[in-house]
Amino acid sequence: MSGQAQLLPGTLDLLILKAVSLGPLHGYGVLLRIGQISGQALLIEQGALYPALFRLVRQGLLKATWGTSENNRRAKFYELTSLGRKRLREEAAGWNRLVTAMASALGAQAEEV
Amino acid sequence: MRILAYFRSLAARFFHRSQIEDDLDEELHSHLEHRADDLERSGLRRSEAERRARIEFGGREGFKEEVRETLGGNFAETLVRDVRYSLRGLRKSRGFTIVAVITLALAIGANAVVFGVLNALILRPLNVPRPESLYTIEHGSDKSLELSYPDYLDLRDRNRSFEGLAAYNNGEAGLDTDGNPSRAFVDEVSGNYFDVFGIRPYLGRFFHASDEHGANSAPFIVLTYAYWHSHFRDDRSVVGRTVHLNKRPFTIIGVAPPRFHGPVLFFSQDFFVPIVSREQEQGQNGLNDRGSPSLLMAIGHLKPGITPAQAMGDLNSIGSWLEKSYPKSDREMRFVLARPSLFGDAAGPGTRAFLTGLMLLASMILLAACANLGSLFAARAADRSREVALRLALGATRARILRGLFTEALLISLMGGAAGLWGSVALLGGLSMWQPVPKYPVHLAVNPDARVYAVALLLTLASGFLLGAVPVRQVLRTDPYQIVKSGSGATGGRRITVRDGLLAVQIAICAVLVTSSMVAVRGLMRSLDSGFGFEPRHAMLLDTDLTMAGYRGDAVPAMQKRMIGAMETIPGVTSVGLIDLPPLASAGDTNPSPVFTGETTDLSPANAAAISATYSVSPEYFRAAGTSILAGRSFTWHDDKNAPRVAVINQEFARKILGSVTNATGRYYKLQDGTRVQVAGMVENGKYGAITEDPLPAMFFPMLQSPSRGTTLVVRSNHDPRQLAAAMRAKLRELDGELPPYIETWSQGMAPVLFASRMATISLGVLGAMGALLAVTGIFGMSAYSLSRRLKELGIRMALGAQRKEVLSAALGRAFKLLAGGSAAGLLLGILASQVLASIVYTATPRDPMVLAGTVLAMALLGLAATWIPARRALSLDPLTLLREE
Repeated sequence: MSGQAQLLPGTLDLLILKAVSLGPLHGYGVLLRIGQISGQALLIEQGALYPALFRLVRQGLLKATWGTSENNRRAKFYELTSLGRKRLREEAAGWNRLVTAMASALGAQAEEV
Repeated sequence: MRILAYFRSLAARFFHRSQIEDDLDEELHSHLEHRADDLERSGLRRSEAERRARIEFGGREGFKEEVRETLGGNFAETLVRDVRYSLRGLRKSRGFTIVAVITLALAIGANAVVFGVLNALILRPLNVPRPESLYTIEHGSDKSLELSYPDYLDLRDRNRSFEGLAAYNNGEAGLDTDGNPSRAFVDEVSGNYFDVFGIRPYLGRFFHASDEHGANSAPFIVLTYAYWHSHFRDDRSVVGRTVHLNKRPFTIIGVAPPRFHGPVLFFSQDFFVPIVSREQEQGQNGLNDRGSPSLLMAIGHLKPGITPAQAMGDLNSIGSWLEKSYPKSDREMRFVLARPSLFGDAAGPGTRAFLTGLMLLASMILLAACANLGSLFAARAADRSREVALRLALGATRARILRGLFTEALLISLMGGAAGLWGSVALLGGLSMWQPVPKYPVHLAVNPDARVYAVALLLTLASGFLLGAVPVRQVLRTDPYQIVKSGSGATGGRRITVRDGLLAVQIAICAVLVTSSMVAVRGLMRSLDSGFGFEPRHAMLLDTDLTMAGYRGDAVPAMQKRMIGAMETIPGVTSVGLIDLPPLASAGDTNPSPVFTGETTDLSPANAAAISATYSVSPEYFRAAGTSILAGRSFTWHDDKNAPRVAVINQEFARKILGSVTNATGRYYKLQDGTRVQVAGMVENGKYGAITEDPLPAMFFPMLQSPSRGTTLVVRSNHDPRQLAAAMRAKLRELDGELPPYIETWSQGMAPVLFASRMATISLGVLGAMGALLAVTGIFGMSAYSLSRRLKELGIRMALGAQRKEVLSAALGRAFKLLAGGSAAGLLLGILASQVLASIVYTATPRDPMVLAGTVLAMALLGLAATWIPARRALSLDPLTLLREE
């Protein structure tokens, strides 16, 4: 448990966008990819993924097509739209700013103040 | 853009629902397969892998629901689904649905009817332009509206507050269009009447102030639209036609617009005649007599910017001028302004108070119904706690389940509301057609308008939400694991629950209703039994107006005498009397006039010993009316103009004016004009103006000494009223074929004065019955439910040897306790509330032991009826089957 981090609210969408940006994925694939790119540190409840996916499709950030998976099963594949790509850039930049700011805030020493 | 997309999605969801649903299903399935593939690769058997995959995934339905919500279009679709689901549920428990819908239909219907009447009589303004600034002038002293014509003219010409002041008077006249006079109702109005209301004629023209050039200068008739429609068949050529009114020629000059019938809401007259032509019409005018006050009612629009208070100040300064200028005739000329639609404050406040009270009772009925159904709903929700728990376990959110419950409640309330509204519209329509007093054109125009529909809808929705809100707490507290595990949500049922509270409140409300209806019914019964001072049974009244057939002056008493003679020849008639206006008839007019003791010399109004009801009667009247003569004698035909003036008085008159009841005969008293009158006889007290009045002094004059054109024959006979009426009509036709009579039994003739208490009794009776019905269903529902919840416990008790009595008390003791407590509280409240009734229903007193006993008995019977079925069920329990089943 210690190796895993709690998912902050609102971060799931960003993670999904990032995962899909590396190549079209089906739902289970998204799950595996997030686990892989976070070094298994971020685990997502399986069912919770789908409301997020549908939400992103509805916002026009993802588009979905049915295809055949590597296991030779029918699956719905998601990929980024141009709008999604733009959103990912913005959100990632915003997130990085936040992380830097938080890190410097939390790393502050007494004599620096 | 966003909204457009939402609607597109909504439409798409609506029409391609199943495709998207399949899509989602397939995707989730594909996810599980992929996961299972991975697990299988790690060494699990396929079936085990699939099971693990499903468990890992979590509540599939919950996530699906979440997906649906993110997809938009959810609200409408959920609604459709909820409605469908609720309908299915309701169809399954048909008994519950029917009871609920009927209960609500009755409660909402009652509210719609009462509100419809309230709306029509009080809230809805008159159907004339600018009704809000329309006021009528009322005497401050006795709330009467009548003014003499000279006083009216002074008020009209001297006031600075009204745009114009019109006057009107309701009366009867014989209208003769083609040689066959018929009774018609005429409003004698001032010349400016139509201009003050600001209305335009439908046909022809109206008369105006400029048409008045002194007495009899304007022999014109303006028909109401309804009369023109019914009696002239919409014939446009009537304008300009000459007709005969009481045998005098009048010209029809126009037709008033549809739905205009003057300022009094419930009176629909037939036509309008200028009051300056009164002499020509009625044979006497009295227009110049400032002392005859009961002539006209005045009405007008206040000028813009003038407040009613300013106008009253203005009128009162004219009033004190009148008092100073005409001290003999004008006393107490204080004026107030009143709303015209219900004859000012004479009928207004009473009607208003009663209808408001009725509305309150009706809303209590609705509240009781909601409490009743609310507890049924709660019971249902508790019974379905297993289902609720299952749905929660399967991932349904609590909000979703609550929404389902609200949908169900709203569905039921909408069905009930629709049925109730339908019924009330029919009832209001019937009321509008109904003529409560057949003799007069009285209509209660209570047809529902948009406001009534809106209120019904509002009540429906409100009660729906109220119903739905009752089980909310229960659902919010449901713990799915507990319930699924233990089989039922049963927790120890000893505590006082919200449901019990609701039931107690409801029983109390019902007891209030039952008490007040008992009080009203009993009051009416007693008032019909109590002494009227005459015997209305087996007496027919023949009412005619001799002026309608052209009789004037001395011809009137001569003809009246001949009429009495003719009626006496009808076989089976025991006695015939004549009175100018029978007591307790015609909206309670008693011709009140001041009387003075024999010693009074200054006959100013302030010195009057009393105001006495005044009648003019034939010698045989007391025998025909069944009024007993306690002392002295009745009149003879020799008490005529050449004989000394005599009178017959009642006990109250003797007590008040002569000082004592004994030795009243032979003594003297004085009238306003100084005439000394000797008392010839004394009769019993009676009711004259209203059945609720306190004893009034009354005096009866011989008709030859005090002639009156008002002619009502009282014909006493044990024969069938219908045959008798035909014979009376025939006899009258022999005397004069052109005299239009109105024949009815005396009991029918009392309809106007009994109207209020009858209506009160009927409406309270209906509400009481509804309250009783609600009490029965409420107690039944509650006891049946509590029994079903405790079947297991009772089974065990019986198996352990409990006696039937103990089982019964365990099963239904609580219901009885609630019933007793609620009834006691309700009875107490009812007694307090019924004080109000005393003013409307004569002799209505809630302290009547009959009422108390009746209410207690009624509630006990209701309780027995309601618990009968559950009790039988409790007694027929078979502990063996019961324990096995559980």
